[in-house]
Amino acid sequence: MKINKFDIETFKIASLCRNFEIKVFEAIRNKKIKIPVYLSGGQEYISATLSNIIKNNLKIKPLIFAQHRCHSTYLSFGGDKIKLIKELLGIKGGCTNSMGGSASIHSKEINMFGHDGHMGTQVPIGIGACFTSKKPTIIFMGDAAAEEDYVLGALGWASTKKLPILFIVEDNNLSILTEKKIRRNWDMHDVARSFKMKGYNLNDNPKEIFKYKKYFFKEPMLLNINTNRLFWHSGAGIDDPKIFDRFKNEKNKIGKKAKILDEKIKKNIDEIWKKQLEKL
Amino acid sequence: MEKTVRETIKNIIKNHLTKKRGKVFGQCLTAVGWVGGTLPELYEKDGMIELSMADVAGGGIVAGSALMKEKPIYVIRYQGFNWYNCPMIVNYAAKSKEIWNIPCPVFVRGIGMEGGIGPVAGSSHHSLYYRMPGVKIVSPMTPIEYKKIYSEFMKDDDVYYVSEHRGSFNNKKEFQNNISNNNDLVIIAISITRFAAIEAKKVLEKEGYKIGLIHILWIKPLKISSKGYKAIKTSKKGALLLDDDYVDGISNSIANKINIKTQKKIETMGLKNKTAGAHKNVDNLPPSVKEIVNKAKRILSEK
Repeated sequence: MKINKFDIETFKIASLCRNFEIKVFEAIRNKKIKIPVYLSGGQEYISATLSNIIKNNLKIKPLIFAQHRCHSTYLSFGGDKIKLIKELLGIKGGCTNSMGGSASIHSKEINMFGHDGHMGTQVPIGIGACFTSKKPTIIFMGDAAAEEDYVLGALGWASTKKLPILFIVEDNNLSILTEKKIRRNWDMHDVARSFKMKGYNLNDNPKEIFKYKKYFFKEPMLLNINTNRLFWHSGAGIDDPKIFDRFKNEKNKIGKKAKILDEKIKKNIDEIWKKQLEKL
Repeated sequence: MEKTVRETIKNIIKNHLTKKRGKVFGQCLTAVGWVGGTLPELYEKDGMIELSMADVAGGGIVAGSALMKEKPIYVIRYQGFNWYNCPMIVNYAAKSKEIWNIPCPVFVRGIGMEGGIGPVAGSSHHSLYYRMPGVKIVSPMTPIEYKKIYSEFMKDDDVYYVSEHRGSFNNKKEFQNNISNNNDLVIIAISITRFAAIEAKKVLEKEGYKIGLIHILWIKPLKISSKGYKAIKTSKKGALLLDDDYVDGISNSIANKINIKTQKKIETMGLKNKTAGAHKNVDNLPPSVKEIVNKAKRILSEK
């Protein structure tokens, strides 16, 4: 497989997210983090790929709306690592001043707006922000949040108004541990199409995601991206140790260069965490 | 020429759209009645934004607009619709400043009415907003009150819930408190009950009672002047508080606050604890002049 600069850059972002989440995992296990935490490990290739396309390739700084399991979104789009550690540890100077914790991350610097804790509310709120500002907007949701009635109603309005929004469904097939097939018999990309917007179903392979770049922020579009959650819904644990891991897969594909980069990033993240943990 | 509350609101909205380049959101705004004649005949190009009928999502779209420093006006045609319209206003817009230091000011026009329109469209529902932090609640019933409230909102960065009532739309008059000391009883009135309270006071005074009257414009934070509190404190029988929402809504809560401050007994009247039906004989209306007079007399006759 031919490895290009885009693959390497995406890997670097994903490695930052993965190594960060491993440290969060440890901090929960060691009881240094005492709040509910929603780890994004396993899903990081989605936000890493999108940020690489949007920030580096298209040179766009969008409005970002997300919900819980958004550490990777924040980190991928350039959120301050130390501020997030402080937020999780409850130290003064956190990105949400200790008010948001893991689930309601906010950053003025990267245009990421906090979340109120009700799944899916970021969809209508992000749509309203885009409608008024006309700025390119990216809205992340999970496959469960996508089922919220107000998400569906809001998608219809965004389509009617032809807003420059990229809707990303991070589809890990699970609502806590309830599988999608138990909850519904329909797919989000079909819903998007029925609302007369572009809708696609794909996996979290960065090359797959890249194909849709040409449509970003031209009109409303929804990408339902299938992925895997490595860790528990909340807290530090593993549901299925055999689950496919996109990060490991890409690391193996890239080979030696990825291993060296990953080691270097890991070392950096470890040091940053160590410094903050010493403050406790 | 004096203007009615209806004309005042319409002028404010027109100014908000044309001069301030703001936005007004709501459902069925540009329909036949133009929300009881309180909207100018303007359209989406002018900032009058028709939301879809997705009630909950609509509130979220307005909150998102407010995040972009828009100061939108959100029209809720019947206050009962708030059960589905307000979730993202109270859970997001009202909390945004406190959690993320990002103000999200929305001017919510909740419009009350009653009389043969059933359990959802009838009455005021400001109690829904009352328990949530970050919301200011007002109930203007006169042209000057409405102008003052809009002007305060434009200088402020909080969510305002403006509890309107269609019964006030034709009103041109301003109201005065009667807060002299040593009354027999003080009536404290909110929303449309202020009109009945004025009439009830007249009836009671004809019968020889000395009645004070306090009009509540600011529900949250509750604003009663020190003279008003003194009038309650010096009264013989305390106060009777009237509201157009259920009596188990804000009225009992406000009564408790006033009681703590004055050490006087505060009785309450509002909608009864029953569901309103569509027909007159099964309706649930705010306290009438007769009901207020009867309750006041009962209080006044207590030993």
